[in-house]
Amino acid sequence: MVDFGGWDMPVQYSGLIEEHMAVRTGVGVFDVSHMGDIQLRGPNSLAAVQKLLMNDASKLQIGQAHYSAMLYPNGTFVDDVILHKLGENDYLIVINAGTREKDVQWVRQVLGGMSGLHITDVSDYYTQIAIQGPKAMATLQKLTSVDLAPIRNYWFTWGQVCGLYNVLIARTGYTGEDGFEIYIPSDEITSARVWAEVLAAGQEFGIVPCGLGARNTLRLESAMALYGHEISDSLNVWEANLGRYCKMEKGVDFVGREALLEVQQKGGPAKRLVGLEMIERGIGRDGYPVFSLEGERIGEITSGSPAPFLKKNIALAYVPMAFVELRTEVAVEVRGQNVRARVVPTPFYKRAKAAAAAPPTQA
Amino acid sequence: MSYPENYRYSKSHEWLLLEGNAATVGITDYAQESLGDIVFVELPKLGQEIEVGATFGSVESVKAVSDLYSPVGGTVTAINEALNGAPETLNTAANETWIIKLAVQNAATTSPLLSAAEYEKFVAEETGH
Repeated sequence: MVDFGGWDMPVQYSGLIEEHMAVRTGVGVFDVSHMGDIQLRGPNSLAAVQKLLMNDASKLQIGQAHYSAMLYPNGTFVDDVILHKLGENDYLIVINAGTREKDVQWVRQVLGGMSGLHITDVSDYYTQIAIQGPKAMATLQKLTSVDLAPIRNYWFTWGQVCGLYNVLIARTGYTGEDGFEIYIPSDEITSARVWAEVLAAGQEFGIVPCGLGARNTLRLESAMALYGHEISDSLNVWEANLGRYCKMEKGVDFVGREALLEVQQKGGPAKRLVGLEMIERGIGRDGYPVFSLEGERIGEITSGSPAPFLKKNIALAYVPMAFVELRTEVAVEVRGQNVRARVVPTPFYKRAKAAAAAPPTQA
Repeated sequence: MSYPENYRYSKSHEWLLLEGNAATVGITDYAQESLGDIVFVELPKLGQEIEVGATFGSVESVKAVSDLYSPVGGTVTAINEALNGAPETLNTAANETWIIKLAVQNAATTSPLLSAAEYEKFVAEETGH
């Protein structure tokens, strides 16, 4: 067990590689109850999320979610989030565990003066369980009367799961794999029962419980950002290469927009996040320095690890713009030795698209 | 976890088998268990001189990297190159999988070493159970 943002969580259950592979090839289950949740309700809730978050929430339909972030006025990150539109005037923001208090405080600071808005920290109401992998749907389908196949990626619905009513069932995750996250009441008896039922339902598909270790390697293979690593209060949206989720022209002057505009007008960021693949023997890890082949120190790895499914040593790193081109070679200092690495496309791993979202029905 | 009686153990979790001036070094069952899935072993060169207590390589799991310290000083006479292709053998058979062999100059000079029973006690204290 390790302390993770105040939560006692296992790094691994049966073994990191086994857990990682189960999610890529079968199914794995994660207890992600440490994630925080903030609900924004009231007639001004859309205006509130539009000011608070960088993505364009006006594009969301009820039952749809998207990746977004809340920024400081200088364009750096308070946190990255998943925003769910629960209903008209009703939004759920899923935030990180380690940043929960800071996030809640920030939301109140930015939006506290707004009328027609009710802000609630609902983190403790939910146990969040992530069922991830190509067999995630088959596993969860055994526990719910809701037809899961029509739920599209980053959409959600409500329904009965394990006998519980009105469970939020979202087709989301942090693994780069197909999967679902369910939000159930957080009391211990219910949580333990659902956890056991998910494990039993997935048994025929070889389900394993997965810890923080596999969660990290899975998200890294998929090049998803982790707060405190790829994003932080000293890195901005352009540097983090998350511009596709930042809607400058959404018509709302969201917090951070002005600073980001200024960076754009001054020719863009000086450094950017890239994917690296080690081409010589050696594993680049978090915090290891990156050098040019001429020996100049140019940056640092934010997350680096062996990639269990890809069977390569991969990393995310910040490097100056002169080094972001694909196939650029750099050197990573691995415990005193320079090991060559190459800039590669991200995500490192991308799952094959399913042939059809829903199975064909008989006329 | 098991700790053979004929080995001696360092507090940095290596085992040592000393037969005359021939030393064999590996990592303990406890070491492999705490590291998790081992994916990479950095070995010294043949003929390399290693001082007692000095680093001679490293073992890396998916999550972590750990230096290897030699419990004795000497010249490397063999390295287990099979570990380059199958580092996970250290997980499945830590006691049977040697990492290096050394020709020892002075078998009496070792780093402070523990017997199997002492090491087991040391590990229990270190993990708090």
